[in-house]
Amino acid sequence: MGENDVWQGTLALMILKTLESMGELHGYGMARRIEQISGDRLIVQYGTLYPALLRLEQEGYIASKWGVSDNNRRARFYKLTRAGRKQVEKESQRWEKASAILARFVSPNEDTL
Amino acid sequence: MRKLRAWLVRLWGLPQQKLQDQEFAEEIEAHLQMHIADNLRSGMDPERARREALLKLGGIERTTQAYREGHTLPFIETLWQDLRYTTRQLRKNPGFAVTAILVLSLGIGATVGIFALADAALIKPLPYRDPSRLLVVFGSTPLGSRFHLSFPDYYDFKKLNQVFSSFDVYDPNGFVLGTPTGAQMAPGARVSAGFFRTLGVAPILGRDFAGGEDKPSASRTVILSYSAWQNRYGKRADILGQTVMLDGNPNTIVGVLPRNFHFAPAEPAEFWTAEHDESSCRGCHWLFGIGRLKDGVTIQMAAANMTSIARQLEQQYPDSNNSQGANVVALPDVIVGDIRPLILMLLGGAGLLLLIASVNVASLLLVRTQSRKREIAVRGALGASRRRLLRQFVTEGLVLSASAAAIGLAAADAAVHLLTRLIPADTLASMPYLQGLGLTPRVWAFTLTVSLFSVVIFSLTPIVSMSREEMRAGLTEGSRSASGTVWHKFGANLVVVELATAVVLLVGAGLLGKSLYRLLQVDPGLQPNNLATLALSVPRENYSKDPQVIALERQILDRISALPGVSSTAITNKLPVGDGDYTTSFVVVGRPVHSEHYEVAYRIVSTDYFKTLQARLLKGRYFTAAEDATKPRVALINRALARRYFSGEQPIGMSINYDGAPADQAMQIIGLIDDIREGPLDTDARAAFYVPFDQHPLPFFSVVARTSTDAQSLLPTLTATMHQVDPGIAAFGAATMDQRIHDSPPAYLHRASAWLVGSFAALALLLSVVGLYGVIAYSVSQRTREIGVRIALGAQRGMVYQLILKQAARLIAVGIVAGLVGSIAAAKLMSNLLFGTAAWDVFTLASVVVVLGTSALVASYLPARRAASVNPLEALRAE
Repeated sequence: MGENDVWQGTLALMILKTLESMGELHGYGMARRIEQISGDRLIVQYGTLYPALLRLEQEGYIASKWGVSDNNRRARFYKLTRAGRKQVEKESQRWEKASAILARFVSPNEDTL
Repeated sequence: MRKLRAWLVRLWGLPQQKLQDQEFAEEIEAHLQMHIADNLRSGMDPERARREALLKLGGIERTTQAYREGHTLPFIETLWQDLRYTTRQLRKNPGFAVTAILVLSLGIGATVGIFALADAALIKPLPYRDPSRLLVVFGSTPLGSRFHLSFPDYYDFKKLNQVFSSFDVYDPNGFVLGTPTGAQMAPGARVSAGFFRTLGVAPILGRDFAGGEDKPSASRTVILSYSAWQNRYGKRADILGQTVMLDGNPNTIVGVLPRNFHFAPAEPAEFWTAEHDESSCRGCHWLFGIGRLKDGVTIQMAAANMTSIARQLEQQYPDSNNSQGANVVALPDVIVGDIRPLILMLLGGAGLLLLIASVNVASLLLVRTQSRKREIAVRGALGASRRRLLRQFVTEGLVLSASAAAIGLAAADAAVHLLTRLIPADTLASMPYLQGLGLTPRVWAFTLTVSLFSVVIFSLTPIVSMSREEMRAGLTEGSRSASGTVWHKFGANLVVVELATAVVLLVGAGLLGKSLYRLLQVDPGLQPNNLATLALSVPRENYSKDPQVIALERQILDRISALPGVSSTAITNKLPVGDGDYTTSFVVVGRPVHSEHYEVAYRIVSTDYFKTLQARLLKGRYFTAAEDATKPRVALINRALARRYFSGEQPIGMSINYDGAPADQAMQIIGLIDDIREGPLDTDARAAFYVPFDQHPLPFFSVVARTSTDAQSLLPTLTATMHQVDPGIAAFGAATMDQRIHDSPPAYLHRASAWLVGSFAALALLLSVVGLYGVIAYSVSQRTREIGVRIALGAQRGMVYQLILKQAARLIAVGIVAGLVGSIAAAKLMSNLLFGTAAWDVFTLASVVVVLGTSALVASYLPARRAASVNPLEALRAE
């Protein structure tokens, strides 16, 4: 797993989190936003975003509709559903717990050893 | 939950794939355009802006592919591919596909059809509460164990028994129903008031009989069967309270029974009345008992209890109850006990047939797998995983089984309806449980199970035959495998068994068919064409005196002769080709009292009876119209009676008399006729004597009329004419004499069994021929190289034919010989079903040998031809 690859499980959470803060967004905008938030440390292959979006939509966490972008272009916009909002909450907590546990292994304190 | 939702969405996406592909292309296009626009804004030149955007996306094709995979279900996509591939494969080889599907669908059809029968008769619960707790109580005598009970005995059984929570009776006898167009016979039964409560059945409309409604003083009430309500009253709700005339008494309708209700021992029954005839005659038996067992009581305990009560009554009433016992039988056994073994036997036979059919199809599949080795090896070499290849086999098995199951179901449905049509209406009406016959959910489930079973067999066969090594070695055409040899031996033995079975069944069908033919060829002693017959029930109270009966006879005969197309008409107390009932013992006047009992049929007939039937007079004369009570009493006898009781004597001029009748009642024999079949056609002609109606008037008779045109068209007129004479006469059983012969129980029995055995025989013939083909074709496919070598070394085509056909002929010969031995044994076993046909009927045996031998040779000729046309170069190059 290269440093720049997007970690599959986390991509979904990133998408959900981005939509939570930004409201409606199209695929391109989302890709740019994720890149931006990561401080350009994460290079997303934009194409990998779409299967993840599809999966989230199939699971009912996000919904999509066709709309018009800033530069007057027909684009598909995604937004969170109510189930998606709950899922953000749940996934965020899970992620925090998991990373906290992992952190203890990766950079152990004196007292845990 | 979310996973399921996603799955469903994907499934839903399958048919809309094209639209979604389009939408996604548009979305990607928008993505790229926005990206390019941003890039341009940041100062890239157009060429670079586009390249950078594409690079960042990761390629349109790759993205689209990844998206599409997430879109639908790859599993189903592959399945679809496999299915298309399978259909192509099957279409490429239609001979195989048609044979395999046909054989299998016949096997499935037969099994499912018989199962439907078993389902209707044996599995579907009877429409009563807890039917297994119901017992029928019969009276038993030294003559048999299923006789009636008398009314006083019923009361005593009801009072004294400790085993039944309720005990009731039924009397399955019809009524004369008064209708505006005249009297009719209507099927029905009289029951005690608690009868339906004992069965646990409640009317869907109105009420049940109340307790005490069966007392002679109670007003007369009737409950309708659902079919009577539907057919006679158009399901009107206001039917309750209306009056029906039954046996001349008005009865108030109080209820309607549920649609699914039936009570086979009394069916067909349209009217159910409460029994009002509280007879005190202990020797008069006309009732059957029905009891519901108390909790914890077994049928053995009930039998013991009833027997001890019967013994007690026997001691108490020695005059009437001498050797009167009681016998209990579970109600389900009374209803389907007779046909249960038959159905189970058929089910077993059909199951065996299906097994053989499956093995045959498997053997065909094997032959095909051999010829597909190369194709499979190529697919493997091109990267198809083993799992993918196996899946292909499973898909093929699935397609075969599903097609066969669909055809089989349709065939079973048709066969089952054909079967019900083979059963005469009267017999069918007494088997009401067959009304539910058809494709019930249970039958569907059974079909599904059977099909799954065949899917397993068909997928396993090629998988097992094509082991891991072989799949790889296929490209080099490996040598004969050990498993192949084992299969070949097993297949050959199986074919011999199949051929032998086919011979046995074909011979059985042939013998039964010939018996039927012989039976219908029996000379009934009358000319059956253009004869109409009708039975009458005359209200006795209006015709209690002889002159009244004779006047009625005159009127009826006059009216019928006046009908257009009727050339002559007569009456008799019992129509020919029936059960041969109405017998009497007689004495020959002047002979010493004999110890032998002379029991013969007697027929009371009107003057033109013999002329109407076109009987054959051998000696003497027929009756004249003038011979009535004022003239000397006369009689005609038939040849069977003359031969039996007057051998070596000249009967004409001698006198006979009813046993025990006063001497002045003696009748002089005035004529001798050739035997008219008074009884069934499959027994010897019954000895009978005939007396003139006017000398023995009786208010119960049947009418025969000879017509100059089709007798069938006279039947409705005949019934109407009787009602014109007297609306109180009930006419029933209208039929032509041809129909009577054709539908007579022995003819029906032979026809039904000939059809049944014939269908099985046809299936067995087909299966054995296909099986033989499979085995020979497999052996040819295994010997291709050997044959190629032979041809290359100079063997003639004829020799190759000989090689293959010899192998087939050996199997055929062994099968046929074994079958012939078996069929003669089987024919001996069923000799009581055969009529006028020997078990070793040479014509039948020879025909079967020719039919089977020819079809078997044709089946082996096909692979032999393939063997002879082997191209030696190709066969050797494959090495």
